[in-house]
Amino acid sequence: MTVVVVTLAACASDGSDSGSGTTDEVAVGDPPAVAPTDSTDPADTADPSGDTITLVVYDSFPEADTSLNDALASFTEQTGIGVDILVAGDTGTMLSKASLTAGNPEGDVMWGIDNTLVSRAIADGVFEPHVATGITDGSIPVPEEFTALTPNGEATPVDYGDVCVNYDIGWFAERDLDPPSTLADLIDPAYAGMLVVQNPATSSPGLAFLLATIHEYGLEGWQDYWRALGENGVEVVEGWTEAYYERFSWAGGGPTPMVVSYGSSPPAEVIFADPPRDDAPTGVVEDTCFRQVEFAGVLRGTDSPEAARLLVDFLIGDEFQREVPLNLFVYPSNPAVTLPQEFVDFAVIPDQPRTLDPAVIDANRSTWIDEWTELVLG
Amino acid sequence: MNRLPRRLIAALAIGPVAALVVFYAWPFGTLLAEAVTGQALSETLRRSQTWDVVWFTLWQAVVSTIVTICVGLLPAYVVARFEFRGRSVLIGLLTATFVLPTVVMGAAFLALLPDSLDRTVWAVIGAHVAFNLAVVVRVVGALWEHLPTDMEHAAATLGASRWRVFTQISLPLIRPAITAAATIVFLFTFTSFGVIRILAAPGTRTIEVEVWRRATQLGDIGGAAVLALLQLAVLAVALVWSTLAQRRHSRALALRPEAVRRRARSRGERAFVAVAAGGAALVALVPLSALVVRSFSTPSGWSTSAWTQLGRTEVRPGIRVGVDPVDAIANSLSTMAWATLFAVVIGGVASLAITAAQRHGRLIDGGLMLPLGTSAVTIGLGMLITFDAPPADWRASWWLVPVGHALVAVPFVVRTCVGVLRSVDPEMTAAAATLGAAPVRAWRSTVVPYLWRPLGVGAALAAAISLGEFGATSFLSRSGGETLPIAIEQLLGRTGTTLQAQGYVLATLLAVTTVVLVIVVEQLQAGRRVEP
Repeated sequence: MTVVVVTLAACASDGSDSGSGTTDEVAVGDPPAVAPTDSTDPADTADPSGDTITLVVYDSFPEADTSLNDALASFTEQTGIGVDILVAGDTGTMLSKASLTAGNPEGDVMWGIDNTLVSRAIADGVFEPHVATGITDGSIPVPEEFTALTPNGEATPVDYGDVCVNYDIGWFAERDLDPPSTLADLIDPAYAGMLVVQNPATSSPGLAFLLATIHEYGLEGWQDYWRALGENGVEVVEGWTEAYYERFSWAGGGPTPMVVSYGSSPPAEVIFADPPRDDAPTGVVEDTCFRQVEFAGVLRGTDSPEAARLLVDFLIGDEFQREVPLNLFVYPSNPAVTLPQEFVDFAVIPDQPRTLDPAVIDANRSTWIDEWTELVLG
Repeated sequence: MNRLPRRLIAALAIGPVAALVVFYAWPFGTLLAEAVTGQALSETLRRSQTWDVVWFTLWQAVVSTIVTICVGLLPAYVVARFEFRGRSVLIGLLTATFVLPTVVMGAAFLALLPDSLDRTVWAVIGAHVAFNLAVVVRVVGALWEHLPTDMEHAAATLGASRWRVFTQISLPLIRPAITAAATIVFLFTFTSFGVIRILAAPGTRTIEVEVWRRATQLGDIGGAAVLALLQLAVLAVALVWSTLAQRRHSRALALRPEAVRRRARSRGERAFVAVAAGGAALVALVPLSALVVRSFSTPSGWSTSAWTQLGRTEVRPGIRVGVDPVDAIANSLSTMAWATLFAVVIGGVASLAITAAQRHGRLIDGGLMLPLGTSAVTIGLGMLITFDAPPADWRASWWLVPVGHALVAVPFVVRTCVGVLRSVDPEMTAAAATLGAAPVRAWRSTVVPYLWRPLGVGAALAAAISLGEFGATSFLSRSGGETLPIAIEQLLGRTGTTLQAQGYVLATLLAVTTVVLVIVVEQLQAGRRVEP
């Protein structure tokens, strides 16, 4: 077992040193890792190779056919551990299911619980503490501001980004309208009926946007802001995929020119543009950005804890992290990964992203969501 | 009567009783404990939102009930008093509508209504009315067709208008039946879940929906438990009131043993019958047709693509909605098979025990009926929080959803079987015993042959219930294990037309399967007087 962990950690640190082009190296490094498979030693019951584990993900995580999935396949090659992907809905829905099934999980590893929800996941006993080996042994220098969010090592920070209002540049240009530049602009009647947001009860970007407004307007003022947003015709849907790919005028051909999405959504639009283009068709309202850090963790009650831990170790490694930006449109938390050029050019990383103390979020989350529901949907 | 050895009766009874205790009583007790301990009780009762939800639940149920009764009396009268072509088809149609899964009815109205009416409370009330029309027509109609007509004739002869005859003579006489029908409709609409989840705006919530939301989205199990019990309390009050009202208004009527129906005589009468019956038929048929139509409609015109490409749920290359329509069909079928098996075995054995055990049988009978009076969401929530820790760590077990379905289906199996078993002539068993058969053998050869047909009916009912069950499944189903109603709700909740069309495909499939099962039931029941 130790052999496998050490090998992987070594691969990961190799990768982080030499940047791209290490895929072959990693593959070469695997024979010793697979070797224990052939061992018939009955004492070696924890040997996870041959196991198939389930990675529970949110619904914007690709199930197949992308370089992210290729990276997972390479994990299987290296370790003999198969990985099934189970899409559990938007992050909020995924966490709700995980909370209700804590101890009896639907899978073995969960990807994507973020800092607005991770305290609830921890309180509900969703995770079995494990921080990726690359972080604990110092080979992957993930910033401490991320690891400090789960001080007891319940989960591993795997990516970060900002939740921001995105707008369709062409839509606004056609109408000769300046896009909004602040949260306050969004309640201006000039932007009536132009914004689609996610339900914070079921969606993590939805919750992040609510938190951004609470950050701006405070515990006493945010309700008035949302009342005004409601009067200004804000549309609410259940999840990000639906908001972005089905309602947003640019990506979904929908009627709404502004959507709560990510600071890294514009580069996605450049990369997937067909025909190719070299400028971003969507922009980001920087003032609305709220910092989000996503975690991966071993689900408590998994039948294959050893294999699950290995997968978490892999998820933070260079080989997987390198694929994160262009597939999930968030920044890898592994700082050694070189960012794709489109990312550097078009993604928005605000200097001062909004953020709230996790303890404050945790103490108020359900009250806020309740009040929000009453106010906006009631 | 069927004198089985006492020990055998006990052996028969122990299985169903154990199932009831483990899968119903225990979860219910856990729920109760969850509600009264901690701060959930005072917190929930103090929250103004709670009372908003209770108020909404109450008023929409009352309005739905009143409208259903008003709309239903006309077809009830026509069906009770007139003989016309298509009369039995109309009754069958309304009954089939009534047994449709709630998500299908929600989907049908979503398909039917223009966007401006979707997601409003009026859409919900409309669906409730169409759904429950059969209750009024069947319950009120059953009494109406047996009412003596001489008083009405006398009043008419004395010059009373039709309206006067109706309000002064008929209405008071059918009032107990109206109360009974209203109670049933109220119970269904007060605990409405599937229709609201599909058809109402996210903020529109009955208590049932709020229980689900608090438990699954907010993780507030205590609050959900309190609400579930609050709902139960309101239902209990409604039932007591209804029982008292029916008793107060019931009067000794010289009911005619045989219903006397006549053909419409004048042209006016014929038009009246046609309008009433046709209108009722439309209420049942139009929403379902809309369902089928929408399954063929895509942004680029009419197309069978949703049918032929069922299962393509990609919104972007590699990115799918977390629900697979094809898997959902497979999941539903296997869940249905197991739920039916469980329900038939438990219900069949219970029926034998109930009829054989006489007085104690009543107790078992009553106990097994309890899940029917408990809302599906309450059952699901109870099972969810109970079977989550050792010694009953069953949340991940494949059989938990089928068992939940079986719990709701067993009462139907018991009702059909017990009725038939009770009607078996006890003298036959006695005769067999006289002829020298041992008690068990005498009982087996005289009673058991009668059991197959009601078991068939019970199995078809259980299958239909399992296919359409949504409330309990909402709590118990796991990712990747979605059944049809869950998949339909998720697909219709999306705004993408391709995904919605697939939701309508699934709803159509579910509707057709349910109707086929109902026809099977009717066929089996129609033949029940035939000797085995």
